[in-house]
Amino acid sequence: MALKIENDYNRFKQIVRGRIKQDLRKYMSSGDLIGKKGKDLVSIPIPRIDLPHFSHNPQKMGGVGQGNGEVGTPIGAGDGEQGTGKAGSLPGHHILEVDIPLEELAQILAEELELPRVVPKGQKKNLASAKEKYSGIHRAGPESLRHFKRTYKQALKRQIMTGHYSPDDPTVIPIREDRRYRSWKLISQPTSNAVIIYIMDVSGSMGTEQKEIVRTESFWIDTWLKSQYRGIESRYIIHDAAAKEVDSETFYHTRESGGTIISSAYKLCHKMITEDYNPSEWNIYVFHFSDGDNWSGEDTALCLQILRENILPFLNLFCYGQVESQYGSGQFLKDLRDHINSIDNLVTSKIDGREDIYDSIKTFLGKGK
Amino acid sequence: MADLPIELAKAREEIEKYAKNYGLDFFPTIFEIVEFDEMNQLAAYGGFPIRYPHWSFGMEYEQLSKGYEYGLSKIYEMVINNNPCYAYLLKSNPLVDQKLVMAHVYGHSDFFKNNYWFSKTNRRMVDKFANHATRVRRYVDKHGFEKVEKFIDVCLSLDNLIDHHSPFVTRGFEIPEKIFGSENEDEETRIQIPKLKSKDYMDEYINPPEFLASQRKKIEDRRKKKRKFPSERMKDVLGFLIHFGPLENWQRDVLSIIREEAYYFAPQGQTKIMNEGWASYWHSRIMTHKVLKPSEVIDYADHHSGTLATSGGRLNPYKLGIELFRDIESRWNKGKFGKEYDECTSLVEKKEWDKKLNLGSQKVFEVRKVYNDITFLDEFLTEEFCFEQKFFGFDFNPKTGNYEIISRQFNVVKKKLLQALTNLGQPIIYVEDGNFENRAELLLKHQHEGIDLKLDWAKDTLQNLHVIWKRPVNLFTLVEGKGKLLTFDGKDHREKTVESESSPEET
Repeated sequence: MALKIENDYNRFKQIVRGRIKQDLRKYMSSGDLIGKKGKDLVSIPIPRIDLPHFSHNPQKMGGVGQGNGEVGTPIGAGDGEQGTGKAGSLPGHHILEVDIPLEELAQILAEELELPRVVPKGQKKNLASAKEKYSGIHRAGPESLRHFKRTYKQALKRQIMTGHYSPDDPTVIPIREDRRYRSWKLISQPTSNAVIIYIMDVSGSMGTEQKEIVRTESFWIDTWLKSQYRGIESRYIIHDAAAKEVDSETFYHTRESGGTIISSAYKLCHKMITEDYNPSEWNIYVFHFSDGDNWSGEDTALCLQILRENILPFLNLFCYGQVESQYGSGQFLKDLRDHINSIDNLVTSKIDGREDIYDSIKTFLGKGK
Repeated sequence: MADLPIELAKAREEIEKYAKNYGLDFFPTIFEIVEFDEMNQLAAYGGFPIRYPHWSFGMEYEQLSKGYEYGLSKIYEMVINNNPCYAYLLKSNPLVDQKLVMAHVYGHSDFFKNNYWFSKTNRRMVDKFANHATRVRRYVDKHGFEKVEKFIDVCLSLDNLIDHHSPFVTRGFEIPEKIFGSENEDEETRIQIPKLKSKDYMDEYINPPEFLASQRKKIEDRRKKKRKFPSERMKDVLGFLIHFGPLENWQRDVLSIIREEAYYFAPQGQTKIMNEGWASYWHSRIMTHKVLKPSEVIDYADHHSGTLATSGGRLNPYKLGIELFRDIESRWNKGKFGKEYDECTSLVEKKEWDKKLNLGSQKVFEVRKVYNDITFLDEFLTEEFCFEQKFFGFDFNPKTGNYEIISRQFNVVKKKLLQALTNLGQPIIYVEDGNFENRAELLLKHQHEGIDLKLDWAKDTLQNLHVIWKRPVNLFTLVEGKGKLLTFDGKDHREKTVESESSPEET
């Protein structure tokens, strides 16, 4: 049944989407707002759209509650106007969590950033994913797949043929031979495969704030690329003076110290690609985040060489994001820009703070690679 | 309306009979069975089948549906103050829940019919709301969706600026004659001060000059006041705007629709605790004394306790209401009231007090007739009750960024409770002057009761007010103890520190 409220509902959704679009910068710049929930959903808590009223300042208001606790017991964080602090006799301002399927989010992201669709390289037929499809009917099969309608049809047919059916007493009883079962067959679908390799510098100079920036940016990159490829793989490399592969949890939360030898990471990355990802079958993306403070010019030269010879030719895209740290930012970005300017699958961007994440993503993904 | 399924129809008949026998006096009550999405729609529309088009209903709907889909919340019951009273039952509810809801609804229906604060509401509101919807849709057709929606946004932003008590003064809005004053203009020029008759040489003593001067001032003040517009401050800001705002006809109509609906919902806000308490009191009584079968007891208890739960320190109006009604009943049964009881100093004696008066039942019916939440709590909240129910007052502590319990003392709790209920927890705002500074500006005054306004919102609301008034709008309020005059002139916001609203030039 179509509900009358549908129009109001759609109108509200449009406004909310409008809000998301306009305020995208804000949402993207604060990683905390985005929590992944379940497999396909993110929840973005957006405030209810509350029309302004003449109202009391909630922090001056207080109220009355009921329950245990000594004087001085905190009963809720007064996080601005939100939070659970609204215990008591006042109606709280609810935070409305609008759940947007990741795909829709990617769409919004694409519209906002004007991202081109990714053109996969390599032939599609390379790797096939198999999928079951229920398409046929068999006489034998597990009971859980029994096709009731067909079974009863069959029983009816049989009873009519044998003359056991009477319209006055339309009882149809299937016997064993009447039973029909669904059957499936495997269909293979050619897909493009993709892998994202994230590399992060975790040397002493990368602080919490820098990691947060990397986390937020990676999330959006992930979201976008996932909307473009099925079954995308993600690999994570962290490096200081030496590089190692880690899981995503560690990737975002380790804090290590030590110097920075970028070539170590590039070597590992190269190894990963040659061992696991045949460039003719895979779309490979590498995102490298660092504060750009490499150990020595010598190592930088080595990095450039590895990049030019062993990495770049096999990739869809190599993105280097240089995050500004409290110690300033290093030389590496400049070196890259100076030396490998002409290769068009290398993209570099400088991220001075959260506000720059937006532009940085646009730079990275704006090429449609 | 589809007929109720047979077992529900039977239950309804049974419960209605019990409710009548207990002395409840309700409107004819019609139950309808709805699916969850219809229920959500009804709830989003404030209980009504149709409302004017506006996204805010869509927002409520989204919230309710999401809550339902994820199993976080469910609306069991909804009832409209109307004659006949309409109540909705959720189709998927088990029978015992439906019975509980029915018993609950008869409590509400009785309250709507008998409580004094509902006595002025329109009982054909279902029709009225439908008419409002039609009118607004007509304006949409004529003036365009965006334009009308935008104007509704403005109106809704002001919809708390009404005077909840005005329905009891005059029904509908009438322009008080005094607004323009009927004084003869000639009199303005000369002020005649009445003098006592006296001989010349005594004049100075019988009519001392200071006295004459003060009389002159009095008269002048009175005249000044008469020149003021409105001559007395008005709390019904919306009513004032409808009559004196330079609006197009359709806008005036939309604004009056919003105002009328706000007035309709006001008594429900004023009696939330009592109304829910009363309905819970009766569903509990009817179910446990009459209706429940042994097999239903656990489900009933589960549901009932869920309704009355006070989780996370929150005050639950259902719980507060039912407990207070029960407390009143028990006190009046035992005679724990009046001079003798109040003056008794022995706690033991007080505790054991029982005069077997059995006036409880009579008393609760009387209470439900004449009280609203504020008077209800003011009169019947006792220190013992407050202690038993573990009430506490809380405040925001800027140092920790938390809301913290500040006290469990009776006077603190009571004060905070009443404060939260005063004017439905909304700031009290009057139209002070419609011709402020003699420039047709609008001046509103916030009657500061110890809590500052939320300033950013106040400014945005002023902007909306300007849409209607079209001349600069001003709001006088106190910010941290200092007088502030907020002004929006259509382009910019200004803020001035002033002593009082009438003397902005003194700064």
